Amino acid sequence: MIGVLALQGGYEAHARAIARAGGEACEVRTAEELQAVDGLIIPGGESTTMLKLLDRENLFEPLRAFGNAKPVFGTCAGAILLAREVSNPKQNSLGLVDIAVERNAYGRQLDSRVTSIEGENLGAMEAVFIRAPIIRRAGAGVKVIASYNGDPVLVEQGRHLVATFHPELSSDNLVHKYFLDKVAAQ
Amino acid sequence: MILNDEFRLKIGLAEMLKGGVIMDVTNPEQAQIAERAGACAVMALERVPSDIRKEGGVARMSPIRMMRGIMDSVSIPVMAKARIGHFMEAHVLEALKVDYIDESEVLTPADEDNHIDKRGFRVPFVCGAKNLGEALRRISEGAAMIRTKGEAGSGNIVEAVRHMRTIQREMKQLTVLSHDELYAEAKRHQAPIELVEYVAQNGKLPVPNFSAGGVATPADAALMMAMGAETVFVGSGIFKSNDPERFAKAIVKATTYWKNPAKVLEACDEVGVSEPMRGLDTSKLPEEELMANRGW
Repeated sequence: MIGVLALQGGYEAHARAIARAGGEACEVRTAEELQAVDGLIIPGGESTTMLKLLDRENLFEPLRAFGNAKPVFGTCAGAILLAREVSNPKQNSLGLVDIAVERNAYGRQLDSRVTSIEGENLGAMEAVFIRAPIIRRAGAGVKVIASYNGDPVLVEQGRHLVATFHPELSSDNLVHKYFLDKVAAQ
Repeated sequence: MILNDEFRLKIGLAEMLKGGVIMDVTNPEQAQIAERAGACAVMALERVPSDIRKEGGVARMSPIRMMRGIMDSVSIPVMAKARIGHFMEAHVLEALKVDYIDESEVLTPADEDNHIDKRGFRVPFVCGAKNLGEALRRISEGAAMIRTKGEAGSGNIVEAVRHMRTIQREMKQLTVLSHDELYAEAKRHQAPIELVEYVAQNGKLPVPNFSAGGVATPADAALMMAMGAETVFVGSGIFKSNDPERFAKAIVKATTYWKNPAKVLEACDEVGVSEPMRGLDTSKLPEEELMANRGW
């Protein structure tokens, strides 16, 4: 069972994408619900909103502990929460993946875009960027699966997966299938 | 349905706002309070609806200097209101690079016949609706998000409930009809047949459906989520309460945890003895004072 952190943001779209990719998904809003899942998706949305709720509802440490044992896949705001370092502005994060990200790095909504990228062993896929962050640094243990304009946009480190774009808004399901495989391999 | 890449990006941002609270703000200080409280976006406007109602006069797009100040002071998306039909205010807001435009009945309408032709813009639009026909007309003009109108500045949830119930009921009704009945429904709703067909097949709008107009307490926000809203707009309810920060935080919590009454209780409890905005009995308001009747 894949949990989708449903504090705020694109959680429904991720649950639909997991179903399309052949998996099963449920919404996660509490530490108890977190215990019942094998892998977690942190969706896009507003990272500041999610951080505040994680903090107020005492979910920050349970989430980090989950990530130390099980796979987490973060998209957009989820990528920001998984990063080791966040800028524009500086903010707290889980630090589960050794990357530094800059928030809203492409600009505002008018700079959002749909494009095509090439994923290593995944082939061509659509990438929907919405007020997306940019990965400014990827540590030695981080593997870059796909890049756009020279910046990594899909990376993995061990069991964790990070996308700065929104694979849940595309119909190819490639990235969600890849995450399901990672969870199954655990 | 025009599901090209540009329209998907417009809907995509609305997807990212789901389950959150969008708060009306009139200056950078309020925007920062909203962001700190956990708002997923802010809506910039000249005056909050309850002040527009009280002070009267023409309500317009917010001053540019104020909007720049708001955009510079927060990292969450900034939306801004334009008058119904005032496509030039919309062009100005697009040039300013706001993230979303609300063609809003809260401001004084600029055109009594025509809404803005929103398809010609790259910036996404949200529009209000009281019923399904109105929602589908706005979508056919290019709106990428619908919000039920409620009655802005009233602090009274009854109109928001009425509009959400109406839209949900009208959508459900379409799903049980056979295809040859949909043409008459399109005529009755005064909406394009393609959009009526979409709703009949899917039981929902082709764009996200949010709620606005009258939310004053955490329980109000949770109620609208339970009735099918995907996100809640709060206008006067926050900055016309006597403790905006507390109300803002509590409303965010109730919106996220609406499925869990124990958590909604916690949210209601968190406002302590702070008082919500006073509110109006909308049934006593003369018809011409109802903002929801603006737009068609």
